[in-house]
Amino acid sequence: MKITIVDYNSGNISSVINSFKEVAQNKVNIVVTSDLKKIKSSDKVVLPGQGSFKSCVDALNNVSGLAESLNEFAINNKKPLLGICVGLQMFADIGYEETETKGLGWISGKVSKIDNKDGKYKLPHIGWNQINIVKESKIFKNIKNNSHMYFVHSYEFIPNDKSVISSTTDYSTNIVCSAEKENLFGTQFHPEKSDKLGLQIIENFINL
Amino acid sequence: MLKNRIIPCLDVKNGRVVKGINFVNLKDAGDPVEQAKIYSDGGADEICFLDITASNENRDTIYDVVKDTSKKCFVPLTVGGGVRSIEDINKLLNCGADKVSINTAAVQNAEVVVESSKKFGSQCIVVAIDAKKNGEVWEVFTHGGRNNTGINAIEFAKKMEESGAGELLITSMDRDGTQAGYDIDLINKISSTTNIPLIASGGVGNLDHLVDGIKLGKASAVLAASVFHYGKYSVKEAKQYLDSKGIAVRI
Repeated sequence: MKITIVDYNSGNISSVINSFKEVAQNKVNIVVTSDLKKIKSSDKVVLPGQGSFKSCVDALNNVSGLAESLNEFAINNKKPLLGICVGLQMFADIGYEETETKGLGWISGKVSKIDNKDGKYKLPHIGWNQINIVKESKIFKNIKNNSHMYFVHSYEFIPNDKSVISSTTDYSTNIVCSAEKENLFGTQFHPEKSDKLGLQIIENFINL
Repeated sequence: MLKNRIIPCLDVKNGRVVKGINFVNLKDAGDPVEQAKIYSDGGADEICFLDITASNENRDTIYDVVKDTSKKCFVPLTVGGGVRSIEDINKLLNCGADKVSINTAAVQNAEVVVESSKKFGSQCIVVAIDAKKNGEVWEVFTHGGRNNTGINAIEFAKKMEESGAGELLITSMDRDGTQAGYDIDLINKISSTTNIPLIASGGVGNLDHLVDGIKLGKASAVLAASVFHYGKYSVKEAKQYLDSKGIAVRI
């Protein structure tokens, strides 16, 4: 099996690479690239993303043909894709960080700033928070409800169709922390930084 | 509910831990990778490395340490000490650091914070402020606490938030190394005047100090070095104690 971590200059992806290599050992081939041919021939794709929604979308669009190739992979060919943090957020139609920016439009919805309740809650939402699993998901195999995951973000994905939400977390509001639609998987938290339970989620994705 | 974080900090010099944990089963007490792994296995919510390498020719040693640690520890890793430029930040992130803390360089030129938070995202930019009380105000010190800038620490913290810092790491120079507890007034003043998470640092001698940092200081996270280094308490014991005091921690 070949899993590609998309390297499109979206910030720091070394932790994502390290965690996938740790889980994969020598059993699965982990490739880090933005090469379109290699992406197309992959069995699974991981789409990381750090920084702002706009900076990630811009970086993605800077690689000629990348958005189309990902679209072909995930939407036409329905192969498994995992978006992490802004990688998940980009599934949306539109994001409002920095300026209004069009997303990939894979799961209809928007990405807005977390309501800090007039400064009562600090942003970014940084640290370990519990996930409330609201829908059975293959990537949550062997993950107990209310497990802790590591978050760091100021914006949240708000899908139109709530049935895609697979878990939420409580902060200032009830924040969507993972979504799943057919072959599309996304986590707002960072499995690569969520210790053993995060590695379990990565293993679950690899084993899909 | 978001949990309060406990962050053990390791001082690293020339690639070696300066004040390591003295565990009998430890193969190499000076190996930062092994120490970090012990902390993360023990439930540390993050690991912090402070590079105190003095000479320029040995500065690259921290990169190898970060590289090796990030392959073995899967909790967030913050690295600080001697971070001068965007290029330094880029190198540390590429080696596997998740956050970089900037101290002197942020005081000398706030643009470093503005630019780096734009380039890498606020989530990985921590501004470390070393503050010391002078009469009624706290002043910012740089160069590992050697130079007094005369800058008001609370105003500077606000400026760093506006510049794009994702977190503040506040160390009291009056308390650092004393084991007398955090400077709660300082921590509380900065926490209540800023809207980004604050990590309290400097002076922890017992577990009640951690409790005070969160309950009285309103810190989001508490950092400590020597209480963990010397094996006085384990991270697990610290978490259990905080939990018994009604503080939300990840157990």
